[in-house]
Amino acid sequence: MDSNGVEAARIRQEIDSLKSNRRNIERQISALEAQLNQLEVNSSTVCPLPLSNGDLSNSNGLSPDMIYRYSRHLLLPSFGVQGQANLLKSSVLVIGAGGLGSPALLYLAACGVGRIGIVDHDVVELNNLQRQIVAISVNKLIGYGVDIVFQIIHTEAYIGKSKVESAAATCRSINSSTQIVEHREALRTSNALEIVSNFLFCFRRAVILTFPCLMISLRYDVVVDATDNAPSRYMINDCCVVLGKPLVSGAALGLEGQLTVYNYSGGPCYRCLFPTPPPTNACQRCADSGVLGVVPGVIGCLQALEAIKVASLVGEPLSGRMLLLDALSGRFRNVKLRGRSLQCEACGDDAVLTRQTFSEFDYEKFTQTPLSTGPLKLNLLSLDDRISSKEYNEQVGRGEAHVLVDVRPSHHYKIVSLPNSMNIPLSTLEGRLPEISAALEKEANKENGSNASLFVICRRGNDSQVAVELLHKLGFTSAKDIIGGLESWTHNVDPKFPTY
Amino acid sequence: MQLTLEFGGGLELLCDSVKSHNINVDPQDGEEELTMKNLLSWVRTNVIKERPEMFMKGDSVRPGVLVLVNDTDWELSGQLETVLEEKDNVVFISTLHGG
Repeated sequence: MDSNGVEAARIRQEIDSLKSNRRNIERQISALEAQLNQLEVNSSTVCPLPLSNGDLSNSNGLSPDMIYRYSRHLLLPSFGVQGQANLLKSSVLVIGAGGLGSPALLYLAACGVGRIGIVDHDVVELNNLQRQIVAISVNKLIGYGVDIVFQIIHTEAYIGKSKVESAAATCRSINSSTQIVEHREALRTSNALEIVSNFLFCFRRAVILTFPCLMISLRYDVVVDATDNAPSRYMINDCCVVLGKPLVSGAALGLEGQLTVYNYSGGPCYRCLFPTPPPTNACQRCADSGVLGVVPGVIGCLQALEAIKVASLVGEPLSGRMLLLDALSGRFRNVKLRGRSLQCEACGDDAVLTRQTFSEFDYEKFTQTPLSTGPLKLNLLSLDDRISSKEYNEQVGRGEAHVLVDVRPSHHYKIVSLPNSMNIPLSTLEGRLPEISAALEKEANKENGSNASLFVICRRGNDSQVAVELLHKLGFTSAKDIIGGLESWTHNVDPKFPTY
Repeated sequence: MQLTLEFGGGLELLCDSVKSHNINVDPQDGEEELTMKNLLSWVRTNVIKERPEMFMKGDSVRPGVLVLVNDTDWELSGQLETVLEEKDNVVFISTLHGG
């Protein structure tokens, strides 16, 4: 045992030291990449796009490197040199580097978009890697052949780091000739216009003073909405309407996905379709309802496809149409949407949306939903009706008679649960009160007739409060909820207890 | 009149998680045609099993629900006044926000 312990300590120390080295190296790489970016930004004013990585020896403006890299595109009669040249001159802003943005970014980087911007304020978490991973193929010449090395956009090494940093590093490793601009911040009304039109972005870097023509070239041509909440979707839509940008919008939840292009060639904008926001309880989140990782993967890839079509001026983008994916039945449905609405408050004939009204609009109030999608925190009960996970643990330790009711849905309960808890989902609570009474009686008998306490737990401590309120009304007046639910159990009592 | 109804984007949760429904519904007494308005009230009574407020608001669908008649936005066919025909396919889909 002892020698094992010593060996483990040595290995841990070595891992820590290697991680520290890695952090140093990554810092150096980031600094160098930033320098390189700046050089490329500067050089793009001198020689117009496409951003060249070789001599422009051909009349079509493509360097030998580009011709080789994009040869499969050039061979497509319907895409060809013109499509590729358009793409190389274009710029795409991807908002959200999560389940949709990750796969979209990989294909946008690989296909030769001239400049890609990435907006996200979030850091990489382990539970993201199930879907925010997509294989990227980096052709590495090894020996005689070409070895396809598969990586992932957010690797374990980036857990805890900015999603933008992680995504940008992956995009650069796919295609170093594409310029990647990192926006490590949440999109707000205060910064959306400047990020999308990128005017102040250059200004901040004082580049615009030296190269005024950059003001035009640093704007994004196409915006990809890869966010995960209603207020962001309205805000991005309105921003695109104000600035006249086509918006490639994708969404995924559970086993379904939706895709369309808004504000493009006479088609509707998001508000034409959904002038009134849905009730808040109709907006499910992946973190609560779940999502099969490949579903946003499919939709994200299709977003890249639509962005490529808009940017290269090839094909018929999904404007005025919507693609609906039902992954479970394996069906795509392509439906015809209404055109631009003349009464639309954003893009209609009498719309009053301007830069000014946009920056003053309260999207969180409008949708009754916070822009950052942190979990909801209810506060329904007085402290007397609540108990902390630590206190509960102490009571259990003292062997006090009690019943613990777990009110999560049964498929949550199957993931992980506390020992000796009974699962009665909130939706079935009212009809299953006799089970609770019986359990309390049984527990009391064990302790020679002393009263048994009733505790209620759920995932995060919201449903448990709703349940306790209901139990109080139905006569179980001593019921208490465990503050912060199972997440608090992990944080404050047992760090090894799984979270999900 | 035979119609196919489909629910998606989470609306199926309001009808026992069944996405597709083959239904038989006729115009109300004294009426010759079946409109979407008639159909909605029929669906609310006969198909929706819980939280009807998550499906309807007033006599129309709640905000955030897209209605498609034969794969076309009902805005293009007259919304509530759309007249349904035999074998029509009507889809109710809630807009998704996740990613």
